[in-house]
Amino acid sequence: MKTKVSDAKKAYRTQQWIAGIVLTLGGLLVAIPFIWMILSAFKPESEVLQLTPTLWPETFTAENFVYLFENMNFGVYLKNTIIVVLCSFVGLFFNAMAGYAFAKYKFKGRDKLFYLVLATMMIPGQVTMIPVYLILNQMGLTNTMAGVVLPGLVGAFSIFLFRQFMSTIPDELLEAARLDGASEFRVFMQLILPISKPIMAVQGILTFIAGWNSFLWPLIIANDESLYTLSVGLSLLKGQYGGNFALQMAGSTFMVVPIVIIFIIFQKHIIEGYTISGMK
Amino acid sequence: MKSYSKTTPYLFIGPALILLALFSLFPIVVALVISFTDIDLAGLADYSNISFIGIENYLNIFKDPIFLKSIGNTIFYVVFGVPLVIACSLGIALLINFGTARIFKAFRLVFYMPSITNVVAVAVVWTYLYNPQFGLFNYLLGLVGIPAIPWLQDPTIAKGSLIALAVWRAIGVNMIIFLAALQGIPKTYYEAAQLDGANNWKQLTKITIPLLRYAIFFVSITTMIGWIQFFEEPFVMTKGGPLDSTTSVALFIYRNGFQLSNFGYAAAGSFVLFIAIIIITMIQFRLQKKETDF
Repeated sequence: MKTKVSDAKKAYRTQQWIAGIVLTLGGLLVAIPFIWMILSAFKPESEVLQLTPTLWPETFTAENFVYLFENMNFGVYLKNTIIVVLCSFVGLFFNAMAGYAFAKYKFKGRDKLFYLVLATMMIPGQVTMIPVYLILNQMGLTNTMAGVVLPGLVGAFSIFLFRQFMSTIPDELLEAARLDGASEFRVFMQLILPISKPIMAVQGILTFIAGWNSFLWPLIIANDESLYTLSVGLSLLKGQYGGNFALQMAGSTFMVVPIVIIFIIFQKHIIEGYTISGMK
Repeated sequence: MKSYSKTTPYLFIGPALILLALFSLFPIVVALVISFTDIDLAGLADYSNISFIGIENYLNIFKDPIFLKSIGNTIFYVVFGVPLVIACSLGIALLINFGTARIFKAFRLVFYMPSITNVVAVAVVWTYLYNPQFGLFNYLLGLVGIPAIPWLQDPTIAKGSLIALAVWRAIGVNMIIFLAALQGIPKTYYEAAQLDGANNWKQLTKITIPLLRYAIFFVSITTMIGWIQFFEEPFVMTKGGPLDSTTSVALFIYRNGFQLSNFGYAAAGSFVLFIAIIIITMIQFRLQKKETDF
Protein backbone atom coordinates (compact mmCIF):
# COMPACT_ATOMS: atom_id res chain seq x y z
CA MET A 1 0.00 0.00 0.00
CA LYS A 2 2.75 2.38 0.99
CA THR A 3 4.70 1.83 -2.21
CA LYS A 4 1.58 2.38 -4.24
CA VAL A 5 1.05 5.77 -2.68
CA SER A 6 4.64 6.81 -3.25
CA ASP A 7 4.41 5.51 -6.81
CA ALA A 8 1.36 7.66 -7.41
CA LYS A 9 3.17 10.63 -5.91
CA LYS A 10 6.13 10.02 -8.14
CA ALA A 11 3.94 9.78 -11.21
CA TYR A 12 2.24 13.00 -10.18
CA ARG A 13 5.56 14.77 -9.79
CA THR A 14 6.68 13.59 -13.23
CA GLN A 15 3.44 14.88 -14.70
CA GLN A 16 4.02 18.23 -13.06
CA TRP A 17 7.47 18.36 -14.58
CA ILE A 18 6.17 17.44 -18.02
CA ALA A 19 3.51 20.15 -17.82
CA GLY A 20 6.17 22.65 -16.79
CA ILE A 21 8.50 21.69 -19.63
CA VAL A 22 5.75 21.80 -22.27
CA LEU A 23 4.70 25.24 -21.06
CA THR A 24 8.29 26.48 -21.02
CA LEU A 25 8.79 25.41 -24.63
CA GLY A 26 5.46 26.93 -25.63
CA GLY A 27 6.25 30.10 -23.73
CA LEU A 28 9.59 30.38 -25.46
CA LEU A 29 7.87 30.00 -28.80
CA VAL A 30 5.40 32.72 -27.87
CA ALA A 31 8.16 35.00 -26.63
CA ILE A 32 10.47 34.62 -29.64
CA PRO A 33 8.90 37.47 -31.66
CA PHE A 34 9.32 39.85 -28.70
CA ILE A 35 12.90 38.82 -28.01
CA TRP A 36 13.85 39.00 -31.66
CA MET A 37 12.18 42.39 -32.06
CA ILE A 38 13.96 43.99 -29.11
CA LEU A 39 17.37 42.53 -29.93
CA SER A 40 17.13 43.47 -33.62
CA ALA A 41 16.12 47.02 -32.73
CA PHE A 42 19.54 47.60 -31.24
CA LYS A 43 21.51 46.16 -34.15
CA PRO A 44 22.88 48.34 -36.93
CA GLU A 45 21.22 47.78 -40.28
CA SER A 46 24.20 45.93 -41.72
CA GLU A 47 24.10 43.36 -38.95
CA VAL A 48 20.42 42.65 -39.47
CA LEU A 49 21.07 41.96 -43.14
CA GLN A 50 23.76 39.35 -42.50
CA LEU A 51 22.89 35.93 -43.84
CA THR A 52 23.78 34.27 -40.54
CA PRO A 53 21.82 36.30 -38.03
CA THR A 54 23.32 37.10 -34.64
CA LEU A 55 21.19 36.60 -31.57
CA TRP A 56 22.88 39.19 -29.37
CA PRO A 57 23.77 42.48 -31.12
CA GLU A 58 27.49 42.50 -31.95
CA THR A 59 27.52 46.26 -32.08
CA PHE A 60 24.99 47.70 -29.74
CA THR A 61 23.44 50.87 -31.12
CA ALA A 62 20.53 53.20 -30.40
CA GLU A 63 20.80 54.97 -33.76
CA ASN A 64 17.59 53.35 -35.04
CA PHE A 65 15.59 55.04 -32.32
CA VAL A 66 17.34 58.35 -32.93
CA TYR A 67 16.54 58.03 -36.64
CA LEU A 68 12.84 57.50 -35.88
CA PHE A 69 12.61 60.81 -34.08
CA GLU A 70 15.00 62.84 -36.19
CA ASN A 71 14.21 61.72 -39.72
CA MET A 72 10.68 60.45 -39.27
CA ASN A 73 7.95 62.18 -37.33
CA PHE A 74 7.73 59.78 -34.44
CA GLY A 75 7.62 62.70 -32.01
CA VAL A 76 4.44 63.95 -33.69
CA TYR A 77 2.96 60.45 -33.82
CA LEU A 78 3.69 60.02 -30.13
CA LYS A 79 2.00 63.32 -29.30
CA ASN A 80 -1.09 62.34 -31.32
CA THR A 81 -1.23 58.93 -29.70
CA ILE A 82 -1.13 60.53 -26.26
CA ILE A 83 -3.97 62.88 -27.27
CA VAL A 84 -6.01 59.88 -28.42
CA VAL A 85 -5.34 58.12 -25.12
CA LEU A 86 -6.34 61.17 -23.06
CA CYS A 87 -9.55 61.62 -25.05
CA SER A 88 -10.43 57.97 -24.61
CA PHE A 89 -10.36 58.57 -20.86
CA VAL A 90 -13.08 61.17 -21.35
CA GLY A 91 -14.98 58.40 -23.12
CA LEU A 92 -14.35 56.13 -20.16
CA PHE A 93 -15.89 58.77 -17.91
CA PHE A 94 -19.01 58.89 -20.13
CA ASN A 95 -19.23 55.11 -19.95
CA ALA A 96 -19.03 55.21 -16.17
CA MET A 97 -21.75 57.86 -16.01
CA ALA A 98 -24.06 55.86 -18.25
CA GLY A 99 -23.32 52.64 -16.37
CA TYR A 100 -24.16 54.37 -13.11
CA ALA A 101 -27.48 55.71 -14.39
CA PHE A 102 -28.47 52.28 -15.73
CA ALA A 103 -27.53 50.68 -12.41
CA LYS A 104 -28.93 53.12 -9.89
CA TYR A 105 -31.68 55.27 -11.41
CA LYS A 106 -35.21 54.31 -12.28
CA PHE A 107 -36.43 56.12 -15.35
CA LYS A 108 -38.75 55.68 -18.25
CA GLY A 109 -37.36 53.46 -20.98
CA ARG A 110 -34.37 52.35 -18.93
CA ASP A 111 -34.46 48.68 -19.84
CA LYS A 112 -35.21 49.35 -23.48
CA LEU A 113 -32.33 51.79 -23.76
CA PHE A 114 -30.02 49.34 -22.03
CA TYR A 115 -30.90 46.58 -24.47
CA LEU A 116 -30.26 49.02 -27.25
CA VAL A 117 -26.80 49.66 -25.80
CA LEU A 118 -26.14 45.91 -25.61
CA ALA A 119 -27.36 45.44 -29.17
CA THR A 120 -24.65 47.77 -30.47
CA MET A 121 -22.08 45.18 -29.36
CA MET A 122 -23.29 42.84 -32.09
CA ILE A 123 -22.71 45.29 -34.92
CA PRO A 124 -19.52 44.44 -36.77
CA GLY A 125 -17.09 47.29 -37.31
CA GLN A 126 -17.07 46.79 -41.06
CA VAL A 127 -20.75 47.71 -41.32
CA THR A 128 -20.38 51.01 -39.50
CA MET A 129 -17.00 51.86 -41.00
CA ILE A 130 -18.24 53.44 -44.22
CA PRO A 131 -21.35 55.23 -42.90
CA VAL A 132 -19.38 56.65 -39.96
CA TYR A 133 -16.87 58.00 -42.42
CA LEU A 134 -19.70 59.59 -44.42
CA ILE A 135 -21.24 61.04 -41.25
CA LEU A 136 -17.92 62.50 -40.12
CA ASN A 137 -17.41 63.86 -43.60
CA GLN A 138 -20.82 65.52 -43.44
CA MET A 139 -19.89 67.05 -40.08
CA GLY A 140 -16.67 68.34 -41.61
CA LEU A 141 -14.55 66.29 -39.24
CA THR A 142 -12.45 64.29 -41.69
CA ASN A 143 -8.77 64.96 -41.25
CA THR A 144 -9.27 66.38 -37.75
CA MET A 145 -8.37 65.02 -34.34
CA ALA A 146 -12.03 65.05 -33.32
CA GLY A 147 -12.82 62.75 -36.23
CA VAL A 148 -10.09 60.35 -35.18
CA VAL A 149 -11.27 60.20 -31.59
CA LEU A 150 -15.07 60.39 -31.68
CA PRO A 151 -16.07 57.06 -33.29
CA GLY A 152 -14.39 54.93 -30.64
CA LEU A 153 -15.08 57.14 -27.64
CA VAL A 154 -17.78 55.12 -25.92
CA GLY A 155 -18.28 51.38 -25.88
CA ALA A 156 -21.24 49.23 -24.97
CA PHE A 157 -19.17 46.56 -23.26
CA SER A 158 -17.60 49.09 -20.95
CA ILE A 159 -21.02 50.56 -20.04
CA PHE A 160 -22.20 47.02 -19.35
CA LEU A 161 -19.29 46.27 -17.01
CA PHE A 162 -19.77 49.54 -15.13
CA ARG A 163 -23.45 48.81 -14.70
CA GLN A 164 -22.73 45.32 -13.41
CA PHE A 165 -20.30 46.61 -10.84
CA MET A 166 -22.27 49.65 -9.73
CA SER A 167 -25.51 47.77 -9.20
CA THR A 168 -23.79 46.06 -6.25
CA ILE A 169 -23.39 49.41 -4.45
CA PRO A 170 -26.10 49.61 -1.73
CA ASP A 171 -28.83 52.23 -2.24
CA GLU A 172 -28.63 53.31 1.40
CA LEU A 173 -25.22 54.78 0.74
CA LEU A 174 -26.64 57.01 -1.98
CA GLU A 175 -29.61 58.02 0.17
CA ALA A 176 -27.30 59.01 3.00
CA ALA A 177 -25.23 61.21 0.70
CA ARG A 178 -28.39 62.80 -0.70
CA LEU A 179 -29.70 63.53 2.80
CA ASP A 180 -26.46 65.35 3.43
CA GLY A 181 -27.44 67.60 0.57
CA ALA A 182 -24.98 66.38 -2.05
CA SER A 183 -26.04 66.99 -5.63
CA GLU A 184 -26.45 63.99 -7.93
CA PHE A 185 -23.28 64.80 -9.81
CA ARG A 186 -21.36 65.14 -6.55
CA VAL A 187 -22.68 61.80 -5.34
CA PHE A 188 -21.33 60.29 -8.52
CA MET A 189 -17.96 62.03 -8.41
CA GLN A 190 -17.18 61.74 -4.72
CA LEU A 191 -18.93 58.56 -3.69
CA ILE A 192 -19.52 56.27 -6.66
CA LEU A 193 -16.25 56.73 -8.50
CA PRO A 194 -14.06 56.08 -5.43
CA ILE A 195 -16.06 52.96 -4.59
CA SER A 196 -15.71 51.75 -8.16
CA LYS A 197 -11.94 51.75 -8.06
CA PRO A 198 -11.50 48.05 -8.93
CA ILE A 199 -13.56 48.26 -12.12
CA MET A 200 -12.05 51.66 -12.90
CA ALA A 201 -8.57 50.15 -12.70
CA VAL A 202 -9.39 47.38 -15.17
CA GLN A 203 -11.25 49.67 -17.54
CA GLY A 204 -8.59 52.34 -17.25
CA ILE A 205 -5.82 49.98 -18.27
CA LEU A 206 -7.84 48.47 -21.10
CA THR A 207 -8.75 51.97 -22.28
CA PHE A 208 -5.12 52.99 -22.23
CA ILE A 209 -4.10 49.93 -24.24
CA ALA A 210 -6.90 50.41 -26.77
CA GLY A 211 -6.10 54.09 -27.19
CA TRP A 212 -2.38 53.47 -27.54
CA ASN A 213 -3.02 50.79 -30.15
CA SER A 214 -5.75 52.63 -32.10
CA PHE A 215 -5.21 52.09 -35.78
CA LEU A 216 -8.29 51.93 -37.97
CA TRP A 217 -9.87 55.36 -37.38
CA PRO A 218 -6.65 57.31 -37.50
CA LEU A 219 -5.88 55.45 -40.72
CA ILE A 220 -9.25 56.26 -42.31
CA ILE A 221 -9.74 59.81 -41.03
CA ALA A 222 -6.24 61.28 -41.05
CA ASN A 223 -4.92 62.27 -44.47
CA ASP A 224 -2.32 64.52 -42.97
CA GLU A 225 0.80 63.04 -41.50
CA SER A 226 0.51 65.55 -38.65
CA LEU A 227 -2.52 63.59 -37.39
CA TYR A 228 -1.01 60.10 -37.60
CA THR A 229 -0.82 57.96 -34.51
CA LEU A 230 2.09 55.65 -33.78
CA SER A 231 0.49 52.61 -35.37
CA VAL A 232 -0.39 54.45 -38.57
CA GLY A 233 3.12 55.91 -38.62
CA LEU A 234 4.56 52.47 -38.18
CA SER A 235 2.60 51.05 -41.10
CA LEU A 236 3.84 54.00 -43.15
CA LEU A 237 7.38 53.16 -42.04
CA LYS A 238 6.88 49.59 -43.20
CA GLY A 239 5.86 50.87 -46.61
CA GLN A 240 8.68 53.42 -46.95
CA TYR A 241 11.55 51.48 -45.42
CA GLY A 242 10.50 47.98 -46.44
CA GLY A 243 14.05 46.64 -46.45
CA ASN A 244 15.31 48.32 -43.29
CA PHE A 245 14.34 45.78 -40.69
CA ALA A 246 16.38 47.25 -37.87
CA LEU A 247 14.47 50.52 -38.18
CA GLN A 248 11.14 48.70 -38.34
CA MET A 249 12.00 46.69 -35.24
CA ALA A 250 12.95 49.89 -33.42
CA GLY A 251 9.56 51.39 -34.31
CA SER A 252 7.76 48.25 -33.16
CA THR A 253 9.76 48.11 -29.94
CA PHE A 254 8.84 51.71 -29.26
CA MET A 255 5.16 50.78 -29.59
CA VAL A 256 5.17 47.46 -27.78
CA VAL A 257 7.51 47.92 -24.84
CA PRO A 258 5.54 50.68 -23.02
CA ILE A 259 2.42 48.53 -23.17
CA VAL A 260 4.28 45.48 -21.90
CA ILE A 261 5.68 47.49 -18.98
CA ILE A 262 2.27 48.89 -18.06
CA PHE A 263 0.80 45.43 -18.41
CA ILE A 264 3.38 43.85 -16.10
CA ILE A 265 2.80 46.54 -13.47
CA PHE A 266 -0.99 46.21 -13.55
CA GLN A 267 -1.38 42.62 -14.68
CA LYS A 268 -3.05 41.54 -11.47
CA HIS A 269 -5.92 43.95 -12.06
CA ILE A 270 -6.37 42.93 -15.68
CA ILE A 271 -6.40 39.20 -15.16
CA GLU A 272 -8.58 39.47 -12.07
CA GLY A 273 -10.84 41.87 -13.93
CA TYR A 274 -11.59 39.17 -16.44
CA THR A 275 -12.51 36.89 -13.60
CA ILE A 276 -14.77 39.55 -12.04
CA SER A 277 -16.57 40.20 -15.29
CA GLY A 278 -16.57 36.53 -16.22
CA MET A 279 -18.35 35.51 -13.04
CA LYS A 280 -21.39 37.68 -13.62
CA MET B 1 -37.92 57.69 -1.82
CA LYS B 2 -36.86 59.54 -4.90
CA SER B 3 -34.92 62.71 -4.46
CA TYR B 4 -33.47 63.25 -7.90
CA SER B 5 -35.22 65.10 -10.65
CA LYS B 6 -36.65 63.32 -13.64
CA THR B 7 -34.07 64.63 -16.03
CA THR B 8 -31.01 63.59 -13.99
CA PRO B 9 -30.76 60.02 -15.31
CA TYR B 10 -31.01 61.25 -18.88
CA LEU B 11 -28.20 63.71 -18.28
CA PHE B 12 -26.05 60.85 -17.06
CA ILE B 13 -26.71 58.53 -19.98
CA GLY B 14 -26.90 61.39 -22.50
CA PRO B 15 -23.30 61.75 -23.67
CA ALA B 16 -22.68 58.02 -24.07
CA LEU B 17 -26.03 57.35 -25.70
CA ILE B 18 -25.78 60.20 -28.17
CA LEU B 19 -22.35 58.97 -29.27
CA LEU B 20 -23.51 55.37 -29.53
CA ALA B 21 -26.58 56.41 -31.50
CA LEU B 22 -24.53 58.57 -33.85
CA PHE B 23 -21.67 56.13 -34.45
CA SER B 24 -23.27 52.70 -34.00
CA LEU B 25 -27.02 52.72 -34.55
CA PHE B 26 -27.58 55.47 -37.09
CA PRO B 27 -24.76 54.13 -39.32
CA ILE B 28 -26.66 50.86 -39.73
CA VAL B 29 -29.53 52.77 -41.35
CA VAL B 30 -27.11 54.77 -43.47
CA ALA B 31 -25.29 51.61 -44.56
CA LEU B 32 -28.56 49.95 -45.56
CA VAL B 33 -29.71 52.98 -47.54
CA ILE B 34 -26.45 53.58 -49.39
CA SER B 35 -26.09 49.91 -50.23
CA PHE B 36 -28.95 50.50 -52.68
CA THR B 37 -27.23 53.48 -54.29
CA ASP B 38 -24.16 54.07 -56.43
CA ILE B 39 -22.56 56.61 -54.07
CA ASP B 40 -18.87 57.24 -54.75
CA LEU B 41 -16.51 60.23 -54.50
CA ALA B 42 -18.58 62.26 -56.96
CA GLY B 43 -21.68 61.47 -54.94
CA LEU B 44 -19.92 62.48 -51.77
CA ALA B 45 -19.12 65.89 -53.22
CA ASP B 46 -22.62 66.49 -54.53
CA TYR B 47 -25.57 64.42 -53.42
CA SER B 48 -27.40 65.00 -56.72
CA ASN B 49 -24.89 62.63 -58.34
CA ILE B 50 -26.23 59.72 -56.31
CA SER B 51 -28.86 57.55 -57.87
CA PHE B 52 -30.91 54.75 -56.47
CA ILE B 53 -30.02 51.49 -58.19
CA GLY B 54 -32.03 48.93 -56.25
CA ILE B 55 -30.34 45.64 -55.51
CA GLU B 56 -27.79 45.99 -58.28
CA ASN B 57 -24.88 46.20 -55.81
CA TYR B 58 -25.94 42.93 -54.24
CA LEU B 59 -26.29 41.23 -57.62
CA ASN B 60 -22.91 42.50 -58.76
CA ILE B 61 -21.07 41.61 -55.61
CA PHE B 62 -21.98 37.96 -55.93
CA LYS B 63 -20.59 38.01 -59.45
CA ASP B 64 -17.37 39.69 -58.31
CA PRO B 65 -14.62 37.04 -58.46
CA ILE B 66 -12.56 38.82 -55.80
CA PHE B 67 -15.52 38.93 -53.42
CA LEU B 68 -16.15 35.22 -53.96
CA LYS B 69 -12.49 34.53 -53.42
CA SER B 70 -12.52 36.59 -50.22
CA ILE B 71 -15.48 34.55 -48.97
CA GLY B 72 -13.51 31.37 -49.66
CA ASN B 73 -10.49 32.77 -47.84
CA THR B 74 -12.59 33.84 -44.87
CA ILE B 75 -14.11 30.35 -44.65
CA PHE B 76 -10.56 28.96 -44.72
CA TYR B 77 -9.60 31.27 -41.84
CA VAL B 78 -12.65 30.24 -39.81
CA VAL B 79 -12.32 26.50 -40.46
CA PHE B 80 -8.67 26.36 -39.44
CA GLY B 81 -8.46 29.31 -37.10
CA VAL B 82 -11.32 28.61 -34.70
CA PRO B 83 -10.36 25.02 -33.76
CA LEU B 84 -6.70 26.03 -33.47
CA VAL B 85 -7.46 28.91 -31.13
CA ILE B 86 -9.71 26.76 -28.96
CA ALA B 87 -7.27 23.83 -28.85
CA CYS B 88 -4.24 25.99 -28.05
CA SER B 89 -5.86 28.20 -25.44
CA LEU B 90 -7.68 25.32 -23.77
CA GLY B 91 -4.57 23.15 -23.76
CA ILE B 92 -2.46 25.89 -22.21
CA ALA B 93 -5.15 26.71 -19.66
CA LEU B 94 -5.37 23.03 -18.64
CA LEU B 95 -1.61 22.77 -18.22
CA ILE B 96 -1.39 25.99 -16.22
CA ASN B 97 -4.31 24.93 -14.06
CA PHE B 98 -2.72 21.52 -13.51
CA GLY B 99 0.56 22.96 -12.29
CA THR B 100 1.03 23.59 -8.59
CA ALA B 101 4.41 25.34 -8.59
CA ARG B 102 4.59 29.11 -8.48
CA ILE B 103 6.16 29.37 -11.91
CA PHE B 104 2.85 28.38 -13.50
CA LYS B 105 1.40 31.78 -12.57
CA ALA B 106 4.17 33.43 -14.55
CA PHE B 107 3.16 31.43 -17.62
CA ARG B 108 -0.20 33.20 -17.56
CA LEU B 109 1.65 36.43 -18.16
CA VAL B 110 3.82 35.10 -20.94
CA PHE B 111 0.93 33.65 -22.90
CA TYR B 112 -1.27 36.68 -22.33
CA MET B 113 1.33 39.16 -23.54
CA PRO B 114 0.76 38.88 -27.32
CA SER B 115 -2.90 39.82 -27.01
CA ILE B 116 -2.24 43.30 -25.64
CA THR B 117 0.34 44.30 -28.20
CA ASN B 118 -0.31 46.53 -31.15
CA VAL B 119 -1.38 44.63 -34.23
CA VAL B 120 0.65 46.78 -36.60
CA ALA B 121 3.83 46.42 -34.57
CA VAL B 122 3.29 42.69 -34.31
CA ALA B 123 2.58 42.34 -38.01
CA VAL B 124 5.74 44.28 -38.80
CA VAL B 125 7.76 41.98 -36.54
CA TRP B 126 6.25 38.82 -38.01
CA THR B 127 6.80 40.05 -41.56
CA TYR B 128 10.47 40.24 -40.65
CA LEU B 129 10.41 36.78 -39.05
CA TYR B 130 8.73 35.43 -42.19
CA ASN B 131 11.14 37.16 -44.57
CA PRO B 132 12.43 34.49 -46.98
CA GLN B 133 16.03 35.79 -46.97
CA PHE B 134 16.67 37.43 -43.63
CA GLY B 135 13.89 35.97 -41.53
CA LEU B 136 14.53 34.00 -38.38
CA PHE B 137 12.11 31.19 -39.23
CA ASN B 138 13.82 30.18 -42.46
CA TYR B 139 17.22 30.48 -40.80
CA LEU B 140 16.18 28.11 -38.02
CA LEU B 141 14.72 25.69 -40.56
CA GLY B 142 17.96 25.90 -42.50
CA LEU B 143 19.91 24.84 -39.40
CA VAL B 144 18.04 21.53 -39.32
CA GLY B 145 18.32 21.13 -43.07
CA ILE B 146 14.80 22.07 -44.17
CA PRO B 147 14.73 24.21 -47.34
CA ALA B 148 13.38 27.77 -47.11
CA ILE B 149 9.60 28.12 -47.00
CA PRO B 150 7.91 30.99 -48.91
CA TRP B 151 5.89 32.03 -45.87
CA LEU B 152 4.05 34.96 -47.40
CA GLN B 153 4.69 34.35 -51.09
CA ASP B 154 2.83 31.11 -51.68
CA PRO B 155 -0.98 31.55 -51.79
CA THR B 156 -1.83 28.67 -49.44
CA ILE B 157 1.14 28.97 -47.10
CA ALA B 158 0.47 32.71 -46.77
CA LYS B 159 -2.98 31.99 -45.37
CA GLY B 160 -1.45 29.59 -42.87
CA SER B 161 1.20 32.13 -41.90
CA LEU B 162 -1.46 34.75 -41.17
CA ILE B 163 -3.42 32.22 -39.15
CA ALA B 164 -0.32 31.40 -37.09
CA LEU B 165 0.10 35.06 -36.21
CA ALA B 166 -3.57 35.52 -35.35
CA VAL B 167 -3.64 32.37 -33.20
CA TRP B 168 -0.57 33.64 -31.36
CA ARG B 169 -2.46 36.84 -30.57
CA ALA B 170 -5.75 35.15 -29.68
CA ILE B 171 -4.47 32.65 -27.13
CA GLY B 172 -4.16 35.07 -24.21
CA VAL B 173 -7.70 36.29 -23.69
CA ASN B 174 -9.28 32.91 -24.32
CA MET B 175 -6.82 31.17 -22.02
CA ILE B 176 -7.87 33.54 -19.23
CA ILE B 177 -11.55 32.78 -19.86
CA PHE B 178 -10.83 29.04 -19.71
CA LEU B 179 -8.75 29.44 -16.56
CA ALA B 180 -11.57 31.33 -14.84
CA ALA B 181 -13.98 28.56 -15.83
CA LEU B 182 -11.58 25.83 -14.68
CA GLN B 183 -11.24 27.42 -11.29
CA GLY B 184 -15.01 27.32 -10.95
CA ILE B 185 -15.11 23.50 -11.07
CA PRO B 186 -15.43 22.10 -7.52
CA LYS B 187 -12.38 20.07 -6.44
CA THR B 188 -14.66 17.44 -4.88
CA TYR B 189 -15.63 16.15 -8.33
CA TYR B 190 -12.05 15.17 -9.01
CA GLU B 191 -11.57 13.68 -5.56
CA ALA B 192 -14.61 11.49 -6.05
CA ALA B 193 -13.40 10.41 -9.48
CA GLN B 194 -9.97 9.57 -8.11
CA LEU B 195 -11.53 7.41 -5.42
CA ASP B 196 -13.34 5.56 -8.18
CA GLY B 197 -9.98 5.02 -9.87
CA ALA B 198 -10.48 7.33 -12.85
CA ASN B 199 -7.22 8.26 -14.53
CA ASN B 200 -6.28 11.73 -15.72
CA TRP B 201 -7.64 11.21 -19.21
CA LYS B 202 -10.98 9.99 -17.88
CA GLN B 203 -11.18 12.95 -15.51
CA LEU B 204 -10.44 15.31 -18.36
CA THR B 205 -12.99 13.89 -20.79
CA LYS B 206 -15.73 13.03 -18.29
CA ILE B 207 -15.54 15.96 -15.88
CA THR B 208 -13.50 18.88 -17.13
CA ILE B 209 -14.56 19.14 -20.77
CA PRO B 210 -18.30 18.64 -20.11
CA LEU B 211 -18.22 21.26 -17.35
CA LEU B 212 -16.37 23.67 -19.59
CA ARG B 213 -19.07 23.37 -22.24
CA TYR B 214 -20.38 26.86 -21.67
CA ALA B 215 -16.93 28.45 -21.75
CA ILE B 216 -16.06 26.55 -24.92
CA PHE B 217 -19.32 27.68 -26.49
CA PHE B 218 -18.64 31.31 -25.55
CA VAL B 219 -15.08 31.21 -26.84
CA SER B 220 -16.06 29.51 -30.07
CA ILE B 221 -18.72 32.11 -30.85
CA THR B 222 -16.55 35.13 -30.08
CA THR B 223 -13.56 33.59 -31.86
CA MET B 224 -15.62 32.77 -34.92
CA ILE B 225 -17.04 36.29 -35.12
CA GLY B 226 -13.50 37.58 -34.77
CA TRP B 227 -12.21 35.40 -37.63
CA ILE B 228 -15.11 36.38 -39.88
CA GLN B 229 -13.98 39.98 -39.43
CA PHE B 230 -10.29 39.14 -39.88
CA PHE B 231 -8.74 42.34 -41.17
CA GLU B 232 -5.61 43.89 -39.69
CA GLU B 233 -3.20 41.01 -40.19
CA PRO B 234 -3.74 40.62 -43.94
CA PHE B 235 -4.00 44.39 -44.31
CA VAL B 236 -0.61 45.11 -42.79
CA MET B 237 1.29 41.97 -43.81
CA THR B 238 0.19 40.99 -47.28
CA LYS B 239 -2.25 43.66 -48.46
CA GLY B 240 -4.40 40.70 -49.44
CA GLY B 241 -1.84 39.20 -51.81
CA PRO B 242 -0.37 37.16 -53.37
CA LEU B 243 -3.11 37.14 -56.02
CA ASP B 244 -5.79 38.02 -53.45
CA SER B 245 -5.20 34.70 -51.74
CA THR B 246 -5.26 36.30 -48.28
CA THR B 247 -7.97 38.90 -48.93
CA SER B 248 -10.68 38.53 -46.32
CA VAL B 249 -14.22 39.84 -46.69
CA ALA B 250 -13.43 42.66 -44.26
CA LEU B 251 -10.38 43.65 -46.27
CA PHE B 252 -12.45 43.54 -49.46
CA ILE B 253 -14.94 45.95 -47.89
CA TYR B 254 -12.21 48.29 -46.70
CA ARG B 255 -10.55 48.29 -50.07
CA ASN B 256 -13.72 49.01 -51.99
CA GLY B 257 -14.80 51.66 -49.53
CA PHE B 258 -11.64 53.59 -48.84
CA GLN B 259 -9.26 52.83 -51.68
CA LEU B 260 -11.69 52.62 -54.59
CA SER B 261 -14.35 54.87 -52.97
CA ASN B 262 -17.23 52.64 -54.06
CA PHE B 263 -19.11 53.37 -50.86
CA GLY B 264 -22.42 51.86 -51.95
CA TYR B 265 -20.82 48.68 -53.21
CA ALA B 266 -18.74 48.29 -50.06
CA ALA B 267 -21.81 48.88 -47.88
CA ALA B 268 -23.58 46.07 -49.71
CA GLY B 269 -20.59 43.83 -48.95
CA SER B 270 -20.68 44.79 -45.30
CA PHE B 271 -24.34 43.86 -45.09
CA VAL B 272 -23.64 40.45 -46.57
CA LEU B 273 -21.00 40.04 -43.84
CA PHE B 274 -23.41 41.22 -41.14
CA ILE B 275 -26.11 38.77 -42.21
CA ALA B 276 -23.57 35.93 -42.35
CA ILE B 277 -22.51 36.69 -38.77
CA ILE B 278 -26.11 36.75 -37.56
CA ILE B 279 -26.96 33.46 -39.26
CA ILE B 280 -23.86 31.67 -37.99
CA THR B 281 -24.43 32.90 -34.44
CA MET B 282 -28.03 31.74 -34.57
CA ILE B 283 -27.03 28.31 -35.83
CA GLN B 284 -24.51 27.98 -33.02
CA PHE B 285 -27.10 28.91 -30.41
CA ARG B 286 -29.43 26.27 -31.89
CA LEU B 287 -26.74 23.61 -31.75
CA GLN B 288 -25.85 24.57 -28.21
CA LYS B 289 -29.49 24.31 -27.16
CA LYS B 290 -29.81 20.87 -28.70
CA GLU B 291 -26.69 19.70 -26.91
CA THR B 292 -27.88 20.77 -23.49
CA ASP B 293 -31.24 19.14 -24.03
CA PHE B 294 -30.06 15.69 -23.12
